[in-house]
Amino acid sequence: MDRNFAARRRRDLIVAAVLAALAALAPLFVKDVYVQNILILTLMYAALSQSWNILSGYCGQISLGHALYFGIGAYTTELLFTKFGVLPWFGMLAGGAIAAVIAMGLGYPFFRLRGHYFVIATIVIAEIGLLLFQNWEWAGAAMGITIPVRGDSWLKFQFMRSKLPYFYFALALCCLAWFVTWWLEDSKWGFWWRAVKDNPEAAESLGVVVFNSKMGAAAVSAFLVAIGGAFYAQFLAYIDPESVMGFQFSLLMALPAVLGGIGTLWGPVLGAAILIPMTELTRSFIGGSGRGVDLIVYGTLIVLIALALPQGLVSLFSRSKAKGATR
Amino acid sequence: MTAQAIIQSLASGLLMGLLYGLIAVGLALIFGLMDVTNFAHGEFLMIAMYVSFFLFTFFAIDPLLSAPLVAAAMFVFGAVIYLLIVRFAMRAKTNAGMVQIFTTFGLAIVLRGLAQFFFTPDYRSIPQSWLGGKTISFAGIFLPEPQLVGALVSIAAFAGLYFFIHRTDFGRALEATREDPGAVALVGIDKNRVFAFGWGLGAGLVGLAGAIMAVFFYIYPDVGASFALIAYVTVALGGFGSVFGAFAGGIIVGLVEAMTALMLPPSLKSVGIYAVYLLVVFIRPRGLFGSM
Repeated sequence: MDRNFAARRRRDLIVAAVLAALAALAPLFVKDVYVQNILILTLMYAALSQSWNILSGYCGQISLGHALYFGIGAYTTELLFTKFGVLPWFGMLAGGAIAAVIAMGLGYPFFRLRGHYFVIATIVIAEIGLLLFQNWEWAGAAMGITIPVRGDSWLKFQFMRSKLPYFYFALALCCLAWFVTWWLEDSKWGFWWRAVKDNPEAAESLGVVVFNSKMGAAAVSAFLVAIGGAFYAQFLAYIDPESVMGFQFSLLMALPAVLGGIGTLWGPVLGAAILIPMTELTRSFIGGSGRGVDLIVYGTLIVLIALALPQGLVSLFSRSKAKGATR
Repeated sequence: MTAQAIIQSLASGLLMGLLYGLIAVGLALIFGLMDVTNFAHGEFLMIAMYVSFFLFTFFAIDPLLSAPLVAAAMFVFGAVIYLLIVRFAMRAKTNAGMVQIFTTFGLAIVLRGLAQFFFTPDYRSIPQSWLGGKTISFAGIFLPEPQLVGALVSIAAFAGLYFFIHRTDFGRALEATREDPGAVALVGIDKNRVFAFGWGLGAGLVGLAGAIMAVFFYIYPDVGASFALIAYVTVALGGFGSVFGAFAGGIIVGLVEAMTALMLPPSLKSVGIYAVYLLVVFIRPRGLFGSM
């Protein structure tokens, strides 16, 4: 089994490198701005979902409040930029660090909770964050922040003329989140997390420090999601609480991983590659009527996929992979 | 702030809280019965409100009169949803929790879409009803009649539910199925029938709440979402699966919401509910009356 595992890991790395290289070439063929936009969002949600998967999939602590970290990344970056002129690159890292610290601070009381009590606590804390930002005058309250245009440059991470730089950043972030997951899978942490997910009491008795390993997963997961939030804020050039901290982000981070296969290396990427274009296309082609047809189609697909493929789309690939998925 | 204002706000909080309990109890019932959280619960409420609205608009039946009809219609709807969809989600051998979450969640999106499609996203309201807009004054405290009747209906519904679970054969079958579905099958009770009945009952109860809510609340496709989170918090506060925990949870949520509205700007009134939830579960990780 050990050799199989090592071989699978090598193969995963090669497949990822090939996919990343192909994705990097995509802009040569895709000139349409609308399609580029979908590609950027797909990569971003793949990265977010991959990060969410670290805490919720591998470690088994289902969070539906990651919008909080996404919003913190976005707000830290833009508050530092607009109020103090700090470059978004530093703001991004600061946002990640703050999110990680908050995730650990919240983890301290939260990780005592199990199942639905934990899930609801994560939803509720993100809602509190949203309400506080909506009432925080200095941070623009419900009106939000418009990011001033300072001209296209990598230094200021701002591009008005072309979306391609955002595409490459999103691709890099997606690769980073994937690689972190890949690397953690075979680390002490990865094994701890799976043990904590399967049976926390047994793990504890075998010397796994359950609490610390949950904290580690929360910190890594929140950090990466906050980087995504910072990126999204620069990409939109405008933020308000609802558009960076709304509940829909918590869902859109969870759905791809669940769809693709929760707690698997490829699940989030696969899920995002199908779900995000589907969401965007149904919205723009049949959602324009405002009559909810997009919702009907989208919801039906979620139900069908959940019923037909309980282990996620990765289970469609060879049986050995499906086994790896549940391991 | 006078004592009068505080009592006034506590009184309206209590009424609203009893309604929250009625909204949430179906969720607690279904969870207790089969460990499934219905993420379309808010949408059930929304549909009940529309049914009440259309019965009023087309047949001029006052929401108060139509409430039993709405509850009956929702009972059928809930049972059908179980038989057509949720039953299959129960069969998942792996990732069962995830499958159930996303099946009911997808269902919620579909129902919202259908409401938009057939009823348009417009906000609707029942302009004139027996209770709408009326208040009763009692020792200087004004109580809105719709909420007052809602609170009484809620108390009656909980009393009825208590009687049903403890005094009838079907109620006992419900309790038994919840304790051990496998053993129940051995004595000849059809698990699926009990579950379908449980879904019907849960939907019927939220239907009752929806019929009354339609009197004093706007009706639109997303209306369920705003009450769904309150319902989850109510159920969790009382303890998942505990039907009477939902009753207590509802009252607490209503009172806390009213008190928060006195102290903080109205836009922050939900913060109090959320904070109390966190506080309670930090002290009692399984809610107030949760045992499992």
